[in-house]
Amino acid sequence: MSVTREEVAKIASLARIRMGEEELERMVPELNGILAWVEQLGEVDCSGVEPMTAVIPNTLRLRDDVVDADPKTGGGRRDDVLANAPAAEHGFFGVPKVIE
Amino acid sequence: MTELTNLGVKAIRDGVADGTFTAREVAEAFNAAVAAASELNAFIVATPDHALAAADAVDAKRAKGEDLGKMGGVPIGMKDLFATKGVQTTAASHILEGFTPEYESTVSQNLWDAGAGMLGKLNLDQFAMGSSNETSYFGNVASPWKKDGTNAAMSPGGSSGGSSSAVAARIAPAATGTDTGGSIRQPAAFTGICGIKPTYGRCSRWGVVAFASSLDQAGPMARSVEDCAIMLEAMAGFDPKDATSLQMDVPAWEAGLDADLKGKKIGIPKEYRMDGTDEEILKSWEQGKEWLHDAGAEIVDVSLPHTKYALPAYYIVAPAEASSNLARYDGVRYGLRDLPDGAGLQDMYAATRAAGFGDEVKRRILIGTYVLSAGFYDAYYTQAQKIRTLVAKDFAQAFGQCDAILAPTTPTASFPLGSLNEDPLTMYLNDVFAVPASLAGLPAMSVPATLNADGLPLGLQIVGKPFDEQGVLDTGLAIQQRAGFDAKPDKWW
Amino acid sequence: MSSYRIQGATGEWEVVIGLEVHAQVTSNAKLFSGAATAFGAEPNTQVSLVDAAMPGMLPVPNRECIRQAVRTGMAIEAEINTYSRFDRKNYFYADLPQGYQISQLYHPIVGEGQLLIEADEKAGIAEDKVIGIERIHVEQDAGKLMHDQHPTMSYVDLNRSGVALMEIVSKPDMRSPAEAGAYVRKLRAILRYVGSCDGNMEEGSMRADVNVSVRKPGEEFGTRTETKNVNSVRFVMQVIEYEANRQVDVIENGGKVDQETRLFDPGTGTTRTMRSKEDAHDYRYFPDPDLLPLELEEDFLAECRASLPELPDAKRRRYENDLGLTPYNARELTAEVETFARFETLLAAAAAKIGKGEAQVATQVANWALSVAPGVMKSLGDEANMANATAEAQAGILAMQDKGEISGGQAKEIYEIVLRDGGEPEKIADEKGLKQVSDTGAIEEAIDAIIAANGDKVEEYRSGKDKLFGFFVGQTMKAMQGKANPAVVNQILKDKLS
Repeated sequence: MSVTREEVAKIASLARIRMGEEELERMVPELNGILAWVEQLGEVDCSGVEPMTAVIPNTLRLRDDVVDADPKTGGGRRDDVLANAPAAEHGFFGVPKVIE
Repeated sequence: MTELTNLGVKAIRDGVADGTFTAREVAEAFNAAVAAASELNAFIVATPDHALAAADAVDAKRAKGEDLGKMGGVPIGMKDLFATKGVQTTAASHILEGFTPEYESTVSQNLWDAGAGMLGKLNLDQFAMGSSNETSYFGNVASPWKKDGTNAAMSPGGSSGGSSSAVAARIAPAATGTDTGGSIRQPAAFTGICGIKPTYGRCSRWGVVAFASSLDQAGPMARSVEDCAIMLEAMAGFDPKDATSLQMDVPAWEAGLDADLKGKKIGIPKEYRMDGTDEEILKSWEQGKEWLHDAGAEIVDVSLPHTKYALPAYYIVAPAEASSNLARYDGVRYGLRDLPDGAGLQDMYAATRAAGFGDEVKRRILIGTYVLSAGFYDAYYTQAQKIRTLVAKDFAQAFGQCDAILAPTTPTASFPLGSLNEDPLTMYLNDVFAVPASLAGLPAMSVPATLNADGLPLGLQIVGKPFDEQGVLDTGLAIQQRAGFDAKPDKWW
Repeated sequence: MSSYRIQGATGEWEVVIGLEVHAQVTSNAKLFSGAATAFGAEPNTQVSLVDAAMPGMLPVPNRECIRQAVRTGMAIEAEINTYSRFDRKNYFYADLPQGYQISQLYHPIVGEGQLLIEADEKAGIAEDKVIGIERIHVEQDAGKLMHDQHPTMSYVDLNRSGVALMEIVSKPDMRSPAEAGAYVRKLRAILRYVGSCDGNMEEGSMRADVNVSVRKPGEEFGTRTETKNVNSVRFVMQVIEYEANRQVDVIENGGKVDQETRLFDPGTGTTRTMRSKEDAHDYRYFPDPDLLPLELEEDFLAECRASLPELPDAKRRRYENDLGLTPYNARELTAEVETFARFETLLAAAAAKIGKGEAQVATQVANWALSVAPGVMKSLGDEANMANATAEAQAGILAMQDKGEISGGQAKEIYEIVLRDGGEPEKIADEKGLKQVSDTGAIEEAIDAIIAANGDKVEEYRSGKDKLFGFFVGQTMKAMQGKANPAVVNQILKDKLS
């Protein structure tokens, strides 16, 4: 499979990366080179093979339902959460106005 | 006291402990070396105060007769993929420039708890995507090594190129690295140092900027196998904050080191004899076999039939995960925000991410977005994850016949910066030998073997069974003892 | 069969409705972090580094959220998937810090189940109907955007970000607003019985995405629209009403219904296209590589099963079959958790006080609980102090009534005093003289006087004018100032007049 300039533009938009014409033009052959190369995976007969889910045998551990047991994963640290925000006001993050 | 910078982890730790020198003297020596090595561009930020404070704490403990910790008095470099509280953490990207976490990654915290200090945040390929350290927003990292008779700046490998360069140049005794598809082993091989990626889940991923979650593993990079063992012990451990963390005790790898391989079988995978592999690399592989045989191991041929598909599978799985992992860099909560006049929210995202991500990152996000998109998911992503199952099965079968696998780390030695830039694929091929172990989550290590005819280091790779870091380290030690690799790059920086 | 139809210019149209109900799982902490879930906190105070999607943060699932989803699945008789996975749903929005929502697409934790909605003539549901449930999956809630706080900015509050939701997806089995309303009410009741969601729609603990399409009866499903985040039963019904009519208009005017996401405006009762989500989405779902597959063990499932309470349908059947309640009373009493809880407490207290089995007093207690007591409360209005409405006090009144010590009217009077001023009903009855006389001597005395004074009427009665019996009862009660026990009065009158 290969991608056209329009498809790359669509993917870039889906990924929310603005791209100018020149950059799009440049990306098309690069992406097609990579896609053509990964195409070889199609050669492998994978019937009956399960896609990998856990690389090392391990089961999903669950957490106890306790609030703020560990400050690293608990709340109540608004200043820390907002510390790096490009726009924070009145305890909120600010973003350009959204019309729903 | 300049020779302090020639010391490794073990020598520093033991020297501080027995009072041969103080931790502060060590920190000062390395701080000075870091400051004098700006031409390598190995560090994005130097943190001499952090190193000194940690050293003083260790010296104070020693004065009180307290335990100094596994890494007591050892200053290290921290790959700038680990969140460090109060110290800028960028993943070498513009999008995170100035980002100062209010938290410390588990691995870095473990190291500080073990008595280590931080010399600074090490440069890397942007978001750990790259094999030559040419994708950093903060400039290329130069290897301290030069090709004999040339003056071109050489690649330190990637993505942990700041780490490899700093350790090889002796401006840090050791450094953290992360390995997603070879990012510890390949730069270690390029710069003549050791680096081990442990079993997936040994080191917590909490607080490490994610590239590809199912592959990312942290590990140490240092100049000897012993140093790697010590540092890995300090870094590893169960972390309840990481759902994929292994709930297992950390073995005493340093104490368990044993280079006697009697009764061990070392597998040689025939599929690693690939076209394009450097003759000298193949020669060093042969040499490696002899060394391990000499150490008492039996050398056996094994087969890893899906090896050739590992790299393309990796270049679907890793970008797919990355495309999602990097969605959080959107200019809302931290990092860069590019808000063109009159821009709405979605325009802000697109502008911010366009300005904040480098080309290679964008390329991988696009590939990842594409392979996950409607209609392509099964053909690409599901197929790649099936291949991954097959690659892991290959290893499981091979480990029915051997205890560890020996292979080259890379198909070539280091190359001049800028020489492989015309085609992303050429660069990707650098990791052809490293990626299979990553896909299977196995512990794997690179150990320096020799210099090639150009005077550049070559590494050998050992891949072990799940959880058998000890076996990997032991095999590495056997090579180290026989290779006697003590070459040092001439100081030009 | 439902006969709800939209009358269009080209004939009758049938409405096809499916609901995706998002129910906030009752838990202390969020689905993947330790931050609190309580409603109404200051902005961004219940946000962990994980919820804010700081670099390097990782999710670890909350056992309680998983447990509640499983228990809910069991309550709708669904298949519980012992193997499930979390997937990432990727899209960009300011309320979604990670740039993806952790959800379950490919392997949800709960598979197919069902829910019974009962016939309700008044609501226009002719007969009981089983609505299929496709699945329940667990996922993260998003944060909240506020648009009216700043002239050029929207504000983002991540307190809700990462709170656990169950998405309960129905099959497109509903055919009228009434059925959809009944479905939501019943689902809410089940969730509250189970305790997996508080069902508080005003606070957003439960909200529905309403999928509506129209078709000519018997034809294929039409194109559906999805109206997001509808947060009351009434609004759900309004959305369906509005959307169905709108779609019929569109089609009959030669247009095509767009498959789109819409927003409901409660002010006007209309829906409109959601501009922010108008681009067709490609969510690029894939298994979350930060999480391993979720495998449920038998012990865990057994505990979930054992901890399930008696559910609405079973309880209703028991009320009818074992307690002998009318279907209406049984349905009313089991509709809400609070109602049945109060009823069962009162029933136990009354049975104990009266000294009879629960089944023997159930009808009396049910009538009290459903009509007498609410009537008294209503008449008192603000004067009623509900703290006085204890089961003990009400049981006391019911016991006196059962023994014939007080009449129905006196029961109400006593309860009024209890509600207003407190106090023991038995004491109140004594002190206020609110007791009926069962003393046969006094009653006989009164009856004798009445018989003596009304000789003509006694004759007429004895000669077959049975209707006059009521006259004698009335006269006796009057003489006794209404305090005579009617049963005793009847008995003595019968004896004396025969």
